[in-house]
Amino acid sequence: MNSDIFVVIEHLRGQVSDISYVMLAAARGMANATGGKVIAVILGHDVETLARDLAADRVLYMEHAAFADFSSDAYQRALEGVIKEHAPRAVLFGDTTMGGDVAAWLSTHLALPLVSACRTFRADAGALKFVSQICGGKMMAEGDLPAPTTLVLMVPGGYKPEQGRAAQAPELARVNAPALDDLRVTVKDYVEPAVGDVDVSKEAVVVSIGRGIQNQDNVELAEELAKALGGVVAGSRPVIDQGWLAPTRLVGKSGKAVKPKLYLALGISGAPEHVEAIGDSEMIVAINTDPAAPIFDIAKFGSQVDMLDLMPVLTEKVQQAKGL
Amino acid sequence: MSYDLLKSVVVLIALLIAGGVFGWRAYQLLWINLRRGQKSPEAFGRWGERVKGVLAYVAAQGRLFRVLVPGTAHFFIFWGFLLLSLTILQAIVEGLFAFIDPHFKLPIIGEFGPLALIQDFFALFVVIAICYALYLRLVVNPERYKGSHKSQGVMVLSFIMTIMLTLLVFNGIAINLHKDSIAAWRPISTLFGLPFAGLDKTAQFVVGEIAYWLHLGVVMFFLTELPEGKHFHIVTSVPAVFLRDLDPPGRLPKAPEFDGKLGVSTVNQFRWRQMLDFYTCTECGRCQDVCPAYASAQILSPKLLMMNLREHLTARDGKPLIGDPISEQVLWSCTTCYACDQECPLFINRVKTIVDMRRYLVSEGRMDAQLQEALAKLGRYGNSFGQSERNRAKWAATVQPKIKDARKEPVEYLWFVGDYASYSPSVVDITRQTAAVFQRAGLDFGILYEGERNSGNDVRRVGEEGLFEMLVEKNVAALGKANFKTIVTTDPHTYNSLKNEYPADATRNTQHYAELLDQLITSGKLKFSKKLDYTVTYHDPCYLGRYNGVYAAPRRVIEATGCRLVEMPRHGDRALCCGAGGGRIWMEEGAVKERPSESRIREAVALDGVSVFVAACPKDITMFRDAVKTTGSEARLVVKDLIELVNEAMT
Amino acid sequence: MNLVVPIKLVPDLVEELVIDASGARLDPDALRLKLNEFDDHAIEQAILLKEKGAGQVTVVAPDIEGVDDALFTAAAKGADRLIKLTGNWNNGVNNHALARVFANFVETLRPELILTGVQAHNDLDGAVGPQLAEHLGMPYVGYVSGVVVFDNKAQVRKEFPGGLIAEMDVVLPAVLGIQAAEKPPRYVPISKVRATMKTAKLETFPAAELETAGAPTTVRLFQPETGARATMLAGDADAVATRLVEIFREQGIL
Repeated sequence: MNSDIFVVIEHLRGQVSDISYVMLAAARGMANATGGKVIAVILGHDVETLARDLAADRVLYMEHAAFADFSSDAYQRALEGVIKEHAPRAVLFGDTTMGGDVAAWLSTHLALPLVSACRTFRADAGALKFVSQICGGKMMAEGDLPAPTTLVLMVPGGYKPEQGRAAQAPELARVNAPALDDLRVTVKDYVEPAVGDVDVSKEAVVVSIGRGIQNQDNVELAEELAKALGGVVAGSRPVIDQGWLAPTRLVGKSGKAVKPKLYLALGISGAPEHVEAIGDSEMIVAINTDPAAPIFDIAKFGSQVDMLDLMPVLTEKVQQAKGL
Repeated sequence: MSYDLLKSVVVLIALLIAGGVFGWRAYQLLWINLRRGQKSPEAFGRWGERVKGVLAYVAAQGRLFRVLVPGTAHFFIFWGFLLLSLTILQAIVEGLFAFIDPHFKLPIIGEFGPLALIQDFFALFVVIAICYALYLRLVVNPERYKGSHKSQGVMVLSFIMTIMLTLLVFNGIAINLHKDSIAAWRPISTLFGLPFAGLDKTAQFVVGEIAYWLHLGVVMFFLTELPEGKHFHIVTSVPAVFLRDLDPPGRLPKAPEFDGKLGVSTVNQFRWRQMLDFYTCTECGRCQDVCPAYASAQILSPKLLMMNLREHLTARDGKPLIGDPISEQVLWSCTTCYACDQECPLFINRVKTIVDMRRYLVSEGRMDAQLQEALAKLGRYGNSFGQSERNRAKWAATVQPKIKDARKEPVEYLWFVGDYASYSPSVVDITRQTAAVFQRAGLDFGILYEGERNSGNDVRRVGEEGLFEMLVEKNVAALGKANFKTIVTTDPHTYNSLKNEYPADATRNTQHYAELLDQLITSGKLKFSKKLDYTVTYHDPCYLGRYNGVYAAPRRVIEATGCRLVEMPRHGDRALCCGAGGGRIWMEEGAVKERPSESRIREAVALDGVSVFVAACPKDITMFRDAVKTTGSEARLVVKDLIELVNEAMT
Repeated sequence: MNLVVPIKLVPDLVEELVIDASGARLDPDALRLKLNEFDDHAIEQAILLKEKGAGQVTVVAPDIEGVDDALFTAAAKGADRLIKLTGNWNNGVNNHALARVFANFVETLRPELILTGVQAHNDLDGAVGPQLAEHLGMPYVGYVSGVVVFDNKAQVRKEFPGGLIAEMDVVLPAVLGIQAAEKPPRYVPISKVRATMKTAKLETFPAAELETAGAPTTVRLFQPETGARATMLAGDADAVATRLVEIFREQGIL
């Protein structure tokens, strides 16, 4: 039995995605428990660049023209041989729009068990256990990771991506790709996401306003505060619907999900569809005059002062603190 | 040929042409077109009431006086028209028989002094009223006329003015020439004859004949024009009032079905009685003036809607109605507050007609995403909050002693709590206070717990008839399990549907809690321990006031708590809607100039010394508390439910 | 074109989730099932394709409580055939077993395109779609938000993280995992659903033997800890602002 942990590195257009580092972090813990190694698997080109900061013991890579784009057909066929040959203890995939297309197919094809929505692993008396997050995050399911080989689809949240990064590039080992002719799934073109406005999902400080802003003139107060904090203004549904902020600034189920260091929720009650999209924020501070507002259930700090009173004072104090 | 014979011939030909044109058009519009419509059971039965209605609303012009000065002017024009139609008849007959006797008089009509006196004075009143009406249209030009056919209105007024002036002139000249045997009964005509008295007889005769021909010519031309616009109401108003819909306004007719789809999408799918409404609209704009949707966004004008439908009905092109000319946005804007129909002098039903068209939109799945979501939640969970029905009575978990389960033990009062009062986090505290008041008053009451569903009042007004029926079935089944004498509701919307639309044997006696509190106070069961010292104003919920006529009970309750009540300018049946009704609370708001709820709060804030805004509807609480915030009126006004006042005065 | 939509029902998260005495599964008595929302999109996408050209939409579902409603609603929207697979579904079933059952039956329908919801919130062993594709020897693309069908291929829009969209060609027959239909699922009035209940036919076929291998066994279910309530900052705007600046400093935001 092979005790190594394989991690299928997810990358898109030359960028390794965060989930890959999360998986490497998870794999390190597992490998420590099994006594195996962490092996990253890369299908693609320019592997040196992709692999340069992966916290893996080794990288197996395959190069083929078919990997220029993501094709589930090509990935399935390429990984089939690798997994069969090495039979590692576990193969981790991102539970994403890419991994999701591949892992379940392989599970059926190779008759290997599959665990999806996995958030963390833990080792219990030498046995590996998975903890998966299901039912929209309302329930956690725990069980043994079936031996000898299990495929796993991982969601973010259990490990920090930084733990999956290394200063040194791991050793690379090339594997020959199988014949990948007559692919049944091929990429023809890409449609770029709309650009122009700031992307609130990538900002470190988000000052978010809700119905409590009362009118369009007050939006300026929030803009000033955001500027002082080095962030941007976003809003909940009522503010966007009023046309007080552009639709690109909508935070919520129908808008963007955010993960800033600071999410300052001003006059936002915290409807479920809004809360869902701010859960990854490092710190939520909520200002709302209604003590029963659900936003206070997920905020770290809160206050019942009127946001309209607070904004100008806070802007001034932040500017002072920054020595402006 | 003598002039008299020529006169008879010309009058005869003119009469045949004008009468023929009028008859043909009226036949087309009222017979051919209306017969394309669907059956109208609402137009029949209760004949005594209908006769009374004609006396009160046509003869006495009852509703016109709601806008006092123009209403008074119309009163005189109407009665002048009626009385002077006899003089017009006299003029026509005089012309027809001129070849026998150039001064032929009809028996009584033509020679009865007192009638002549009345007619003479009414001719003057009409002239004065027309002057006022012209001033109103051309100088004042109130907002309610926006979109009405102005030139048509002015033309008709000029016609009537001409008819009156020429009548007075040719009567005056007849007096001058001593050809009027009852000249003494016509002082006004005599006055109008004076300027011509100095002319010689022939000249006066010529002027008199010119006035006569002008008079008759305008009358004939008017007759041909009559069916072509708003003045057709002269013909349709009596049948419209006589055959008016006598069902309660809060009871919608069942949804019509065409080709498997509910609702109305072409003009011929309306009932003929609805079509008669389209022809009856006078474009007076009183509906537009009181419409909250018009005031807030100018998208929906109930008047323009009627005018549009009339044009469509007349055009007879069979094209689909919805989209163009009637936009979906227009139909969705209505809050079903009933202010328009209440204000209409001629009992036109706009709300019911709008709902018929909404029904079609729903059957096509054409609605905004938010509404779709709300309906899906109502379909699955029986409430618009999308919460589990098992949590419907979660608010009651902390209430002690435990509220009876009316499905398990008999109660005198079955409290139908409603969605907002059950689920809305900002309203449940009021719901608990309601329970506390009931308990302290020693009321034997219970609730249906998770057996209750949304009553469907607003679901029906959105146009989702099937979902309404499903909700009714579920509620009726739950009510069937309960043993009670009276239903009491928190929500006026629920109240309306249970009272007017649910099968009577399932709901028995339905009361709103304002009515129940009023009774409990009167009977001495509910006693206050202190007098409150607030100056308050009261907002009449649409579905309590206008729809069901409950105005006095909540006011008596307020006064019993010791509060001083100051009325807002728009109160009672003129109360402005909060904007939430008819399913609007579930829809996307869209661009608005001023929300109805904000306009309402500003109205209250303008009252001297008023610090509490009292409402009696959970949706009002939600809407107005929000509006107090958005208008920045927190320091001036608090929104309280009626029950909060009562609870405060009891403890 | 023969379009097949296999659907499944999932626990309605509006209801409280109760863990049963075994501690390893949800109490079936407290559960209420509803159509997986992604499957709803798959149905919508299939009907949109049908409306654009000729085609027949067949919806296939395991015969469990609540499925009739889902099937009749699909028919009211425009689905042509409604099929229930009868079997011993009582103890819940994992996606590996479901995919085998679907594959076994769907093969007999000779579909040109199979549309499934890309995921469900209770998936613990991967999605049904890619497994079904493997059993049937068809290609699979998931997270699809738009489909156009040509003679022997489908052109699909697939979403990648970050909002990038790829336009892909997929050789038919194929299985697609639908993330979102081109238009949000339509509303069908209750009256239409009720009328459909009277006219539409529910066909039943026995499901193949359930074979659950390939899924992990849950040993323990538990609810995640919810975060504690916010620490409330007292005082007026000035005091709160001062405290917030301190907090921002501590957190390295300033």
